[in-house]
Amino acid sequence: MIRDITLGQYFPGESGIHRLDPRVKIVMALTYIVALFLVKDFWGFFFAVLVLSIIIKASGVPLKFIIRGLKPIFIIIIFTFTVNMFMIGGEVLWQWKFLHITREGLFIAVFMAIRLILLIIGSSLLTLTTKPIHLTDGIESLLKPLTVFKVPAHELAMMMTIALRFIPTLLEETDKIMKAQMARGADFESGNVIRRAKSLIPLLVPLFISAFRIAQDLAMAMEARCYRGGKHRTRMNAIRIRKGDYVAVFLLILFVVIIVAEPSIKGLLV
Amino acid sequence: MSIKVENLTHIYAEGLPHQQVAIEDISFEIEDGSFVGIIGHTGSGKSTLVQHLPGLLKPNSGSIIIDGEDITKKEGSLTEIRRKTGLVFQYPEYQLFEETVAKDVAFGPLNLGVSMEEAERRVGEALKQVGMDVKLVGDVSPFELSGGEKRRVAIAGVMAMEPEVLILDEPTAGLDPKGHHDILELVEKIHKAKGGITILVSHNMADIVNYADKVLVIEKGKLVMEGTPLEIFKREDELIKMDLDIPPAAELIRTLRERGLKIKGNPMSVKEAVSAIYEAIKP
Amino acid sequence: MDQVSLKIHKGSFTAVIGSNGSGKSTLAKNINALLLPTSGAVYIKGMDTRVMEYLWDIRQSAGMVFQNPDNQLVSSVVEDDVAFGPENLGVEPLEIRRRVDEALKSVNMYDERKSGPHLLSGGQKQRIAIAGVVAMRPDVIIFDEPTAMLDPKGRKEVMTIIKTLNSEGITVVLITHFMDEASLADYIYIMDKGKVALKGSPGEVFSRVEEIRSYDLDVPLAVMVAEGLREKGIDVPTHIVTVKEMVDYLCQ
Repeated sequence: MIRDITLGQYFPGESGIHRLDPRVKIVMALTYIVALFLVKDFWGFFFAVLVLSIIIKASGVPLKFIIRGLKPIFIIIIFTFTVNMFMIGGEVLWQWKFLHITREGLFIAVFMAIRLILLIIGSSLLTLTTKPIHLTDGIESLLKPLTVFKVPAHELAMMMTIALRFIPTLLEETDKIMKAQMARGADFESGNVIRRAKSLIPLLVPLFISAFRIAQDLAMAMEARCYRGGKHRTRMNAIRIRKGDYVAVFLLILFVVIIVAEPSIKGLLV
Repeated sequence: MSIKVENLTHIYAEGLPHQQVAIEDISFEIEDGSFVGIIGHTGSGKSTLVQHLPGLLKPNSGSIIIDGEDITKKEGSLTEIRRKTGLVFQYPEYQLFEETVAKDVAFGPLNLGVSMEEAERRVGEALKQVGMDVKLVGDVSPFELSGGEKRRVAIAGVMAMEPEVLILDEPTAGLDPKGHHDILELVEKIHKAKGGITILVSHNMADIVNYADKVLVIEKGKLVMEGTPLEIFKREDELIKMDLDIPPAAELIRTLRERGLKIKGNPMSVKEAVSAIYEAIKP
Repeated sequence: MDQVSLKIHKGSFTAVIGSNGSGKSTLAKNINALLLPTSGAVYIKGMDTRVMEYLWDIRQSAGMVFQNPDNQLVSSVVEDDVAFGPENLGVEPLEIRRRVDEALKSVNMYDERKSGPHLLSGGQKQRIAIAGVVAMRPDVIIFDEPTAMLDPKGRKEVMTIIKTLNSEGITVVLITHFMDEASLADYIYIMDKGKVALKGSPGEVFSRVEEIRSYDLDVPLAVMVAEGLREKGIDVPTHIVTVKEMVDYLCQ
């Protein structure tokens, strides 16, 4: 059930990918996502899949684990696929009453689905191979230059750390409250949209109260441990750029060049 | 009213790498009128076990026969099963959500589809059972009550379903000594008044000795002991080996015996312990 | 809280007992300036908690462990959570590492240092919280009902750690409503309705059985047994309050 969601989880390991500087990995993931939008044909995707497979292999994260992470967003993928397939005009391949599938529609639907899947795998690979704490450290460090423009880099990073820490706690809490209300005859599954939305009140009210209680307790505990924002703070594991990171950045640049230049390379070959 | 559990097994995340056998091949029977204590470590599977009884979890195999009906085979709505078997979760006050105490207690009965008048009657009745007066607290927000009172309202919320089996999962967790004592006295009073079956999941061995007439010991997902409190706590070496407690009075007697004091019998409560010690040391 | 005065000596083990709503948690939060007194004053190592410039020194000297083992851990990795306090104090990275390892070893959780809190038991989480405070090198640790939400096994683990820390020189203030825990202390304060109702050594306090019951509290097992034996005509001395003392007395 709720426990099975792997999206955003960390998969412990000691691989080269795990050891990369989180900042490098964040930039890599962002670049990969942007690159996916630059891809114009299936050859580009082929290359993107190839690169992703190599990274997955190198990270040592089992493919099964990654694919399970796709499950919760499977509905979104199906939805966009269906919408694209039926909504785009062009050469009609199949028709039934007002529904029709066109060659262009099918092409775009497949194209978009691949893009979406790669996008999700690419970004989940970032969280799978990076400890949450390093991820937030990386974001804080990358955002640091923006503090000049009053961007609260440290606060944002701390909020993320805490959110990641309390996701399992809140999921457990949700599971418990749901069962407790079901024991009192609550029904979360049947009825129309309005009825269902209404049936969520016995779940959401206690959940919000729990979240507030946690927040209050945590704020108190953090204050007691001398937390006073980012100033004066040191870090036990300060993040450092190492040799592997330079290699990764070089490969990243190479990847971008190939993706951008791919249509012209193909032109040269054909 | 009777409960019969046969070869019950529940596996979390079956087939996935982190699959976990929560309970395995558990069988037992509970007769009408019993007050059953379930003991075991946190994570031993006792909470998983009790969540099966009102059909909140489905077993991977095995059956649960309540009043002659196998609830694991039942198709469709589980409402009737959930009415028959009330489960009070740990820290039940965290599930309160309505604006007023009366509305919160009425949530269960209304879900069962009873009439407004009937729900009102049950609210009054259930609050009375937990030692509260609907006239005084009915219109109060449950969030304005003290911790102990909130918990009693939450128990009333389950009582209002008029269950024949009442299960309480560590109902005194986090309460102070008076709150602890009050809740247990209440549970005993309810058990005597309504009959049926009461199941108490607890870490407190003194409470088990004082209230239960039958004890189940769950260890690593298996039912390892079953019997009267005396039969169970007599096997103190086995319990200690499992890192479980024995009643504090029995533990004192055990230590005294280790130090060479000759004490007769199997005292479990403080009163029994005092008499036994007196017999051993009287001039 | 109303007109409460008390003094806690360096290296001692003080227990504060009271039923819910007796003001014992408020007292605890006043000790390290999480709350400030409306009137009166609190001094830690001579520092007045109302003086802003002492605030961080006070919180470093007087660490606090709370009731809920889940809601006080900040990070999803055990060792990073323990590092949180020293990081806030601006300690050098290598020194933090040393303190974190030391603190985790002192609560027997070093092997779980890479684990996530949601995979640990309540007792283990509470030991991590203690390590997080120990790593700040405090003089005193205030435990605000640290075992209230734990099972017997977790409760024993935490009490053993508290006793060990105290024997290593850390001043302990234990807020609790478990009498058997309080009977391990050197000195006991019983709070009732915001006031100090009783104080003294465990022997002195627990000899007043009727009074203690009138504050809605239990008495320790050994005291109950001693009371029962006295009724039967055996003259058990009143200083016997722990099971160990009772056993020693009966088997002398």
